[in-house]
Amino acid sequence: MSKTLFDKVWDSHVIRKINDGPDVLFIDRHLIHEVTSPVAFLGLKSRNNSVLFPEKTFATADHNTPTINQHLPVEDPLSANQLKALEQNAADWGITHWGLGHQKNGIVHVVGPENGITLPGATIVCGDSHTSTHGAFGAVAFGIGTSEVEMVLSSQCIMQPKPKKMRINVNGKLGFGVTPKDVALFMISKLSASGATGYFVEYAGDVFKNMSMEGRMTVCNLSIEMGARGGIIAPDEKTFDYIKGRLFTPKEEAWDKAMDYWKTLKTDADAVFDEEINFIAIDIEPMITYGTNPGMGTGISNYIPKAESVEGGVASYKKSLEYMGFHEGDKMIGKKVDFVFLGSCTNGRIEDFRAFASIVKGRKKADNITAWLVPGSHDVEAKIKEEGLLDIINAAGFELREPGCSACLAMNDDKVPAGKLAVSTSNRNFEGRQGPGSRTLLASPLVAAATAVTGVLTDPRTLLINN
Amino acid sequence: MAYDKFEILKSTAVPLPVENVDTDQIIPARFLKATERVGFGDNLFRDWRYNPDNTPKAEFVLNNPVYKGKILVGGKNFGSGSSREHAVWAIYDYGFRCVVSSFFADIFRGNCLNIGVLPVQVSAEFLDKIFAAIKANPDTEIEINLPNQTITLLESGDQESFDINSYKKENMLNGYDDIDYLTKMKSEIQEFASARPF
Ligand code: SF4
Repeated sequence: MSKTLFDKVWDSHVIRKINDGPDVLFIDRHLIHEVTSPVAFLGLKSRNNSVLFPEKTFATADHNTPTINQHLPVEDPLSANQLKALEQNAADWGITHWGLGHQKNGIVHVVGPENGITLPGATIVCGDSHTSTHGAFGAVAFGIGTSEVEMVLSSQCIMQPKPKKMRINVNGKLGFGVTPKDVALFMISKLSASGATGYFVEYAGDVFKNMSMEGRMTVCNLSIEMGARGGIIAPDEKTFDYIKGRLFTPKEEAWDKAMDYWKTLKTDADAVFDEEINFIAIDIEPMITYGTNPGMGTGISNYIPKAESVEGGVASYKKSLEYMGFHEGDKMIGKKVDFVFLGSCTNGRIEDFRAFASIVKGRKKADNITAWLVPGSHDVEAKIKEEGLLDIINAAGFELREPGCSACLAMNDDKVPAGKLAVSTSNRNFEGRQGPGSRTLLASPLVAAATAVTGVLTDPRTLLINN
Repeated sequence: MAYDKFEILKSTAVPLPVENVDTDQIIPARFLKATERVGFGDNLFRDWRYNPDNTPKAEFVLNNPVYKGKILVGGKNFGSGSSREHAVWAIYDYGFRCVVSSFFADIFRGNCLNIGVLPVQVSAEFLDKIFAAIKANPDTEIEINLPNQTITLLESGDQESFDINSYKKENMLNGYDDIDYLTKMKSEIQEFASARPF
């Protein structure tokens, strides 16, 4: 029978099917961080269970970590306590742990791929919804809750019903100044923040084929923002080139064997999806959000839609605009911005810093902007320096911080103050996500850069040289 | 046994007629720093419930003594966003045993079932009926009957049935969880693992 890529990976990991119940799914790779794992380890202990396969779990500290002075002790006692718990649990069970200051430390969804933990055809879970990121490699990857973290620790399995399948095809060539982030925000704005709930999404078509691995990660990362369990893209030469030779990637014979398997990982020509959606690349322009969920986005040159023209509840829509301090019909370009955040597991990779640098090069940071530039990992940080991007960024009046989740979720010291407006390359514009009372506009690194040098929301195409 | 058994729940309900209630609202990230599962109920809906100076916001439903009960009724797409199970811990710790909505985010629904909070998905029309009934009379009692898979407004007798797969239903009725199930499969899992390519 014909199968989709998702079917092939999922089905080959099912140990048992329960009638009118979930599948028992084997997990190849388990990533953990300090926030969602401590209670799972407590549960493990209270049930007298042990970690079944410690070599399949990998720990990194990211959510709570400060992004300056990482060599000093963490000031917040609660954060320090969680970091300590992660370190201790990892040590107790023999789990690889990249704590603060470790050369391999960084955001869980950035360091996984960088170190060959993320592989095509694998099942990957983490107590974090943006685990969908790893689908960029043809893995079935999704976020789980803490109870499930405990399940994976003790049994290397979780129990989940198989999601439905959706394919989104985007064909044609992307316009000037349009990035993978814009493609994702465009799809979310069309499907809404809940439009793909219950589905696993395969991304197909020219646009994803031509996209870099970093870009594919950005797109898959944001799958959860339209409600999907995860996103997946068929692995190709680009994928294999990316993973080859990394720390945990299979080597020599094991590599050849894995390659034989990986090459079978594509959707059969006549496989059927529960839902199929088509978009055309040329319809996508640089995107910006204006509300308090990622589905409330539009082309940057547009005006905020009227409540009557949007689907769903008018009251919730108005409440959202009220929180943002915006009005129906407002123009987005030209809005005065206070903060710019470049980073997160969505846009904290080398390509994102290259994009940012391409705009700020030879320009100066606007005086009214506070900018946080936060690499996703030490590896990214090292590349920024190697490629000379740091010099460009510094010359324009920006500084680089140390790796971590930073202002993406305001669990650490990087918080946007109440009432302030931030252009952020992260993934969520929920009320208070970047700090109590903060207001967030989600955008690409190019939009962030253009705004950082002008001080107001700016269409990056006006600052880029089109050649 | 991992949590309290759930059979029939008869209670008044707390209405929250807002759509897209995300888990950052249910429990903001800055309250996720505990290493034990205690006290999350205090910070349930923290920023909707309290002013920055920690005084309660009178207009928020949890601060209105008229509304109480073990059932939370929310608008469409309840629990979207982060996978934090802390959101359900906060709901449970506050005293809710059931959340009703016309649509749940996937991970949130799974987290609920894993810790013994019953997510009951009803039609948009029935949800409107519930909100209207509570508005008319905050003491409206609702019965959630898990064995029969029905939700009933006791005053009017309005009723709808809800879906739950039979495996999860058994778990909820008996207070079992997935870990209990998986623990019994260990040798089967080990055998499967030894055949994996990586
Ligand atoms: S960067 Fe943001 S979304 Fe990504 S893992 Fe960290 S907190 Fe979560």
